[in-house]
Amino acid sequence: MIPVPHILALSAILFTIGVTGVIVRRNAIVVFMCIELMLNAVNLSFVGFAYGMESMVGVMFVFFILVVAAAEAVVGLAIMLEIFRMRNTLNVDEFNLLKW
Amino acid sequence: MTEQLWLIPALPLLGFLLNGLLGKSLGKPFVSLVGPGVVGIAFILAVLAFLEMLDAPGRTITQTLFTWLDVGDFFVPVEFTVDRLSGLYILIVTGIGFLIHVYSVGYMGQEEGYHRYFSYLNLFIFFMLLLVLGSNFLLLFVGWEGVGLCSYLLIGFYYERDSAAKAAKKAFVVNRIGDFGMIVATLMIFVAFGTLDFTTVTSQASHVLTAGGAAVTAITLLLFLAATGKSAQIPLYTWLPDAMEGPTPVSALIHAATMVTAGLYVIARLSALFVMAPVTLGVILVVATATSFFAATIGLAQNDIKKVLAYSTVSQLGYMFMAMGVGAFMVGIFHVMTHAFFKALLFLGSGSVIHALHHEQDMTRMGGLRAKMPITAITYLIGAFAIAGFPLIFAGFFSKDEILWQVFSSPAGHPVFWAIGAITAILTAFYMFRTVALTFYGESRVDEHHAHHVHESPWTMTVPLMILAALSVVGGWLGIPHVLGGAVGVHNFLEEYFHGFFAKLPADAAHHSVTVELLLMGVSTGAALVAMYVAFRLFSRQREKAAELRDRVAVAYRVLANKYYIDELYDWLIVNPIRWCSDKVLWRIVDARIIDGAVNAAGYSTRNIGGALRLVQNGIVENYAVGIALGTIIIIWYLVF
Repeated sequence: MIPVPHILALSAILFTIGVTGVIVRRNAIVVFMCIELMLNAVNLSFVGFAYGMESMVGVMFVFFILVVAAAEAVVGLAIMLEIFRMRNTLNVDEFNLLKW
Repeated sequence: MTEQLWLIPALPLLGFLLNGLLGKSLGKPFVSLVGPGVVGIAFILAVLAFLEMLDAPGRTITQTLFTWLDVGDFFVPVEFTVDRLSGLYILIVTGIGFLIHVYSVGYMGQEEGYHRYFSYLNLFIFFMLLLVLGSNFLLLFVGWEGVGLCSYLLIGFYYERDSAAKAAKKAFVVNRIGDFGMIVATLMIFVAFGTLDFTTVTSQASHVLTAGGAAVTAITLLLFLAATGKSAQIPLYTWLPDAMEGPTPVSALIHAATMVTAGLYVIARLSALFVMAPVTLGVILVVATATSFFAATIGLAQNDIKKVLAYSTVSQLGYMFMAMGVGAFMVGIFHVMTHAFFKALLFLGSGSVIHALHHEQDMTRMGGLRAKMPITAITYLIGAFAIAGFPLIFAGFFSKDEILWQVFSSPAGHPVFWAIGAITAILTAFYMFRTVALTFYGESRVDEHHAHHVHESPWTMTVPLMILAALSVVGGWLGIPHVLGGAVGVHNFLEEYFHGFFAKLPADAAHHSVTVELLLMGVSTGAALVAMYVAFRLFSRQREKAAELRDRVAVAYRVLANKYYIDELYDWLIVNPIRWCSDKVLWRIVDARIIDGAVNAAGYSTRNIGGALRLVQNGIVENYAVGIALGTIIIIWYLVF
């Protein structure tokens, strides 16, 4: 038995790396990859709980998250395509129209 | 009639609405019918109510309409009461009101704003009736304020005239000072009694308040302050002479017969309180006597016929308050009634003259009108005899003499006040007959232009004059004192009518020496008769001699003609300082700097804070993400720890 806190710790570390990536990286595609990383960190923590409590509920939930992540990735990439067509850049620093 | 009491004030109110809203489009015939008509019907109803009241238990009939205020302990119903006092008043108000409305049809017939005049006049009658019919302080106060408002509207009727507008403002503002007294007194009554109902207050007065104590003295003094405002006594009388800017029938109705008697009504109504406050009664007596004498002296030197009558009104009101001040409430009300008759008569008569001479009001440009305006002259003469107190026949004699006797003999009175009152009576006789002589007799000094067209006034004006003249004779016979009438078995109807109504002074051991009473009556009446004769001779046939005498006392005459410069004194002492303070302090500093500053500051600060906050939205998405992340961490931290 792997102690559950270890799994959760790993999940937390992965999540934090993902958050930092979203904030720091400049390329929009890389930001998306970090978002996927965050989602997968959550998946890991679900699986960890399922493992620790000998229950299948956690694993079932992971399926849902995976589906949603996939759909969301599709939509996000479609938006990125459009933006690239208009602005010819994927540097998030230049997506600054939402200002005062 | 008890269930229809509400109609009495409601009809004039209806008249106000009809004349005001429809009068202009429906024209003069409509207004001439509706204006006097509603008051006439109200008079008939008032008579019916009066008759019913006489037979009712306790000689009171009351109609409760609805509850106006019911907040916690504060309960005020809209309730009309006709008792002996208000019954008399509604007859006077609607009766004389009706006569004056009819007169106005003739007098104001050629005026612009005819419908506006009648709507205001009707509104006035409504408020005056509310004042006297109200069974609690609050209803009385509504009427009180309302008549003040109508006085303003009517004095300023010729609103395009600067002097009229100023006079209207002055009347309203001076009245307001008195109203302050009324409000505070009402509040004190509520605090002491828990109710504002007159019946409760008068019956519970001796239980709730201590006789001679601070509370009752304060309340009564404040009520007297209110009365000095409404009924033009020192120090708040200055608005009445200026109020002559209004049309003459207005002066007759409001400033002679009705509104100015409101102060007396309040004192009579609350006689139970006043007899418990000897200090207040003393104040009333002194102020009233002073006012009466003071105003009479001013009347001697006025050349405008209406101003003489105005000061005469102030002086006669002083007499009424003198009576109140010695606890002779019934006698005061007696004089209210007789004065209403002859003063209205005198004002309307002067109006008849003014109308005939195309708005000439200066007596030095009248004279010899007796021949051309006989009805006006004779009725005016009757009014003059009445006010001067010509013995036995005319009304003023009985009421005024009774006042003088009460002032002399009552434990609250003193011979000194009698003496001043008697001198005032002599002055009254003198200035009244000066007026009569200058206006109707002697050589005509009327402007040639007008002299041809001078003719008697139409029936709408002369009939009311005749009716009032008759009342000025007969009215006094209602209150013939025992001293005179007892021997021939004539009753003092008024005393029997009011028997037991008013409160009595505690130590009511009045001296009842018949000889002294007759002696005093003889002295004052005799002196008055002499004054009448002298004034008449002097100003009808010996006008040069009169002018000579006047020049000999030129300084004194000028002081009197300028009304002792009291208006100038008030201006210097009160009005100008207030104006200065309003301009320099209240406007420039408090309003412009403090209040505007506060409002502007609210605006500025909002703008500045907003300006700072908007810098958060810089469009850099990372920063937004950081914000979200930080926020989540903080919330989780808070929830977990």
